[in-house]
Amino acid sequence: MKNVTQVQLKNGMKVMLKEIHTAPIISSWIWYRVGSRDESTGRTGISHWTEHMLFKGTKKFPGGILDKAISRDGGRWNASTSRDSTRYYETMPAAKIDLALRLEADRMTRSLFDPKEVASERTVVISEREGSENEPMFLLGEAVQNASFRVHPYHHEIIGDMADLRSITRDDLFDHYRAYYVPNNAVLSVAGDFDTRSMLNRIKELFEPIPKGNFPPRLARPEPERKGELQLTVEGPGETAFMQIAYPFPNATHPDYFPLQVLESLLNGASGLSYKTCRLYRALVDTSLAVDVSGWSESTIDPFLYRFTIVHRPDVKPEKALAALDDEIKKMQDEPAPEAEIHRAVKQARAVFAYGSENITHQAFWMGYTSMFSDYSWYTTYLDKLAKVTPDDVQRVAQTYFQQNKRVVGAYVPAGKAN
Amino acid sequence: MAAKTKSSFPSPEDVYQVTLPNGITVLARSNFNSPSVNIGGYLPAGSISETDDKLGLADFVTSMLMRGTQKRTFDDIYNELESVGASLGFDSGVHNVNFGGRALVEDLPLLLNLLSESLRAPGFPKDEVERLRTQLLTGLALRAQDTSDMADLLFEQFLYANHPYGKPTDGFVETVQAITRDDLESFHRLHFGPRGLVIAIVGAIQPKKAVEAVEKVMGGWSVPGQKEPPALPPLKPLKKLITKHHAIPGKSQSDLVVGTIGPNRKSPDHMAASLGNSVLGQFGMMGRIGDAVREKAGLAYYAYSSLHSGIGPGSWEVAAGVNPKNLKKALDLIEKELKRFVRNGVTREELADSQANFIGRLPLTLESNGGMISAILNIHRYDLGMDYYQRYESLVRKVTRTDVVDVAGKYIDPDRLVIATAGP
Repeated sequence: MKNVTQVQLKNGMKVMLKEIHTAPIISSWIWYRVGSRDESTGRTGISHWTEHMLFKGTKKFPGGILDKAISRDGGRWNASTSRDSTRYYETMPAAKIDLALRLEADRMTRSLFDPKEVASERTVVISEREGSENEPMFLLGEAVQNASFRVHPYHHEIIGDMADLRSITRDDLFDHYRAYYVPNNAVLSVAGDFDTRSMLNRIKELFEPIPKGNFPPRLARPEPERKGELQLTVEGPGETAFMQIAYPFPNATHPDYFPLQVLESLLNGASGLSYKTCRLYRALVDTSLAVDVSGWSESTIDPFLYRFTIVHRPDVKPEKALAALDDEIKKMQDEPAPEAEIHRAVKQARAVFAYGSENITHQAFWMGYTSMFSDYSWYTTYLDKLAKVTPDDVQRVAQTYFQQNKRVVGAYVPAGKAN
Repeated sequence: MAAKTKSSFPSPEDVYQVTLPNGITVLARSNFNSPSVNIGGYLPAGSISETDDKLGLADFVTSMLMRGTQKRTFDDIYNELESVGASLGFDSGVHNVNFGGRALVEDLPLLLNLLSESLRAPGFPKDEVERLRTQLLTGLALRAQDTSDMADLLFEQFLYANHPYGKPTDGFVETVQAITRDDLESFHRLHFGPRGLVIAIVGAIQPKKAVEAVEKVMGGWSVPGQKEPPALPPLKPLKKLITKHHAIPGKSQSDLVVGTIGPNRKSPDHMAASLGNSVLGQFGMMGRIGDAVREKAGLAYYAYSSLHSGIGPGSWEVAAGVNPKNLKKALDLIEKELKRFVRNGVTREELADSQANFIGRLPLTLESNGGMISAILNIHRYDLGMDYYQRYESLVRKVTRTDVVDVAGKYIDPDRLVIATAGP
């Protein structure tokens, strides 16, 4: 891990710094270990809504001032909430990064949560959910996710359920914020055109005075093993039928994660590239059984899902496309993957890594992102771990994780031709 | 601005430009920060050359380019690309077919060979034509269900009535069904050629070497009968307020687009309109529109304005997604903001903020190879001069409040707008 400095501040906040002098830019990310998996029934969507509230201002940086200040300096900023974490970033011209650091130090503990702002943001978040509900794939994905998790809080979507978005109060939001937004629950990752020593000094000046807090333990209710395939349907407008098939998938630090990445590359293509020569595209699209097929995993703290999506052709029965997908999985289970295909997957990953190194925002992202479920070595050793995967490993994980009696199969059934 | 920052912007000294004898323009700039290379470019074979009964033809041809050539199958082409983690793609607009791709620098020859072969010798294999047709028709079925796509379509149809800009480049179900394999071949034969083709290369390669690489694979291309695209017909200005709704039952959100004609990219009004638009619906959390519709009224997750400026008449539009019962409320707020913008323009502070933003954000825009390619191609396409980004700061600072209120009044008339909505 050349040129990455990792320091823990006195209050427990973790700082990661990487000097990159290719462009006069600095990207700063702050990460909190809180996401939709930390929400109990009645509070779904509260982490994402809290993230929205952090844009509504502090005493020092009132709402409407923050965004203008960043934009004025030519910066980009945004935030997002995932299942496991919430992250805020600013990418700025190098000379202007101090503003971003001051802002993040301030809003970690001094966001106002003005009741009027909570009220207007409630309808904004509801509108965000309504926009998602316009998409058949959102409706289907949500149903499949709900069915896949009865016990684990990965059960619900990050945006939350409408019932909770209507009933969560200002105090619920504020309590959630106070509980999780403490320095010892945060990681600051900064990459770009700076000098490490002076950057670290400035970060200490701004963040070290923030007192340590006690944050609640994370919800940990392991999902019991499913015994038997579950099938469900979602009906809605449109004329295109979709299918989503979800298999339980291990967490990102599980040793099987890497052979599974190779398997994913073979079946669905490498992430970030086109996927027209992966096995499933050849078996379903080239044969005119489906319009499209894709699949993806996520890097999560607890086991989540591997999901396939099929966009059906109007002239082919959905079951036929699913049968072709099952055949391809069976082939992976019946014989070891050819060495050449594994080498190809590694070369693809190498190229995607090279493209990512052009971008400073991306570099700061990966330092913080990997610390949410592992540490930065997860990223720096990724290619080596991939290169060590053997044909037998791929066959074994195909057998272990892609079992039909543990999956959920969801079908979107369109109401018919729209007007 | 610091010297280091300015030297990261393109200039006549570091962008190498050559026009090959067959008419291809090559622009190249090096960036050795990562071992990769990007290409991008365009050629004048867009939908402007297609007829109304075959709308979507240029798009269909473009999507077929990589689905089999006279030498290689669809699977061969993608196998070469994907095996080395490279990518290449084409899309089409009204004027141009655009392309873009990237690879590790050692694979640049592979990328250029595939680009050349796809452009010069597509095979249009019959089974691939039919497979793509099904995919395109599914795309149209999904478009018909997308409130944002349908509001856009409706908006353009009425803003650009009887004009090529008013017709969707992906066509309609009937027109895509009517396109034959012969149509595809003959469109390609007549409109694809080296004249007017521009290709930019940015990455870990010396600019001269990049030009040589292009010359090697594409220098020998000649198409004596390559047709000139037709000229754009004149556009009639809006005479009144036009309000149109497209019903899509069962949806939980409606989308709206409100707007009018804007300046083209070469217009002297462009910079003032662009800064004005920033204040109106971009700056910070989407400018005044975002502030009124999202921040204050809580009506929408997204609400913003945008200025689309190209070769012909541009559009200046406001878009938002709202609960169907709030449609009227959102439209009223937008109308109020447009009126205020036209009457009073922008404040001194607002203008200064957006000017600072335009100047400050340049290093970020130009950071990646892809960002640099877009910048260089825009400079070339609109004759902005290769020193454009060196002069950019003064161009931005020159704009006054009077300039902004003048262009606002010149282009936006709150009584002559197109208001397009789609939803239940």
